Amino acid sequence: MSRLKRKIAPYLLVLPGGLWLLIFFAVPMIAMLSLSLQEGDIVAGYRFTGHWQNYTDSLSAYQTQLIRSLIYGAVATILLIAIAFPMAYWIAFYGGRRKGTYLFLTLLPFFVSFVLRTLSWQQILADEGPVLSPIRDLGLVGPAFHILGTPVAVIGGLVYNFLPFMVLPIYVALERIDPRVVEAARDLYANPIITFRKVVFPLALPGVFAGVLMTFVPASSDFVNSEVLGSSETTMIGQVIAAQFLDNSDYPTASALSFVLMVVLLIGVFTYARILGTEDVMKVAAR
Amino acid sequence: MTAQTLQRPPAPDADAAARIRPRRRFTGRGLLHAYTWLIIAWLALPILVMIAFGFNDTPGRYNTSWVGFTFKWYAPDQLFLYPDLTDALILSLVIAIVASLVSGALGTGIGYALGRYRFRGAGSFNLLMFAAISSPELIMGASLLSLFVSLGTGVGPVTIAIAHIMFSISFVAVVVRSRVMVLDRSIEEAAADLGASPWTTFWKVTFPIILPAVMSGVLLAFALSIDDFIVTFFTAGTYETFPIWIWGATRVGIPPQVNVMGTLIFAVGVLGAIIANVRSRSGQRTR
Repeated sequence: MSRLKRKIAPYLLVLPGGLWLLIFFAVPMIAMLSLSLQEGDIVAGYRFTGHWQNYTDSLSAYQTQLIRSLIYGAVATILLIAIAFPMAYWIAFYGGRRKGTYLFLTLLPFFVSFVLRTLSWQQILADEGPVLSPIRDLGLVGPAFHILGTPVAVIGGLVYNFLPFMVLPIYVALERIDPRVVEAARDLYANPIITFRKVVFPLALPGVFAGVLMTFVPASSDFVNSEVLGSSETTMIGQVIAAQFLDNSDYPTASALSFVLMVVLLIGVFTYARILGTEDVMKVAAR
Repeated sequence: MTAQTLQRPPAPDADAAARIRPRRRFTGRGLLHAYTWLIIAWLALPILVMIAFGFNDTPGRYNTSWVGFTFKWYAPDQLFLYPDLTDALILSLVIAIVASLVSGALGTGIGYALGRYRFRGAGSFNLLMFAAISSPELIMGASLLSLFVSLGTGVGPVTIAIAHIMFSISFVAVVVRSRVMVLDRSIEEAAADLGASPWTTFWKVTFPIILPAVMSGVLLAFALSIDDFIVTFFTAGTYETFPIWIWGATRVGIPPQVNVMGTLIFAVGVLGAIIANVRSRSGQRTR
């Protein structure tokens, strides 16, 4: 191959996919920014006027939902770390030859549509469903007790739907730990708890951070769980954005809200990428 | 001696961890094992409910309480009773096929270039892919709709496919890249020494080696596409894919046909993943 050919080969290979990403991932963000600064209505059409008040107006109207979404996302993420870590730990250290099988079982929900999974939970947690009616019949809870429509149901749904995204990165980090490092800690008379705190956990932290990124972002911007499992008391910002876009065609408000949400989340994402690099997340995506 | 042990590269066999563990009778181990199975059961529960209610002999469209066991919903005349549901399933399949093939081709180009060549801009390209992987789906959907609204194009099957290709490219690229990076280049050099042109070398030597990675990238893209709800919700307009149809039907009742179709998609997906896994393992053994 000639030198020139070798030089341009990577660009030719990257070009088609790169253009696709540029036109349908990067450019739409600019379109959204422009839309968020427009004025008008759906009948007369929207015009660009640099109307930044869209931001202040929509934020003051929907700050409750925005803050609620970030809180739900944060609570779900903390629960996810607590639930996923022991499981990832056991699979990584004691899974033996069946590691792959356990990981596969963890990924099973991905073979069922997100919407169907969540609707299935709606059925399970319903007032007359298999969980609530027996414990009500036993008199453990009163007739006014519900699970559906509460923050517990919504956060529970978020935790359920994003659990594999937390287990996988923590597992990848734990699996990379050289067992001899752990052995060395024990040779130096560290008890299991100290070994975990001083050796295993610090080495697993990159995985935890990757998991936080991969769960907090989709959880706090989700609108399916709160729509299916929640009530008007649990409305999240994703529902507001979807409704403004698709039901009310109030594009400026919807895109202003989307932009605020994106900036809030992207600050987190890029801080992560700057400090920790992109490799941990990419590695998980490659599995 | 310890220093020497630490300097050695990590043991390639994962069983090393298992070999040193049994000496330590850590009581928490059995507990963690049980815990892992408990979480797997929790993950499987809504899937089992979905499958079970595909066998429910419910009289009408409401399929929320158990009546009796039946196979009847699996009969073709019952399964395809709702023409719009059948159309939605077909649209989902067509879009998934198109999206997985196109993103497979574009993503393979990117993955190959990033894994093989060092070139200017590779770093920023990685960052673009990282952003596309970690961006919330809500923002991708909302910004794409902003673009289509601004351009005045309609939305429909074409825009759904465009969106699905966009979010799948990075995943395919990451999968292919990780395989290309560990490629043994001496095989290609051997082919060149034997007088093969770069073109022949690529198609006769390199491509067959990376083909399993390309295939798993395509399968991943197919799975992402057929289950996608959020991005599709924004880019579908009045057209319905399978998940969108289910979403629209929640108010009038989800018929058992949906459970059967969900079960079939689940079964095919699980089977495909198992076959792909077994094949890639036997491929590794022969290498």
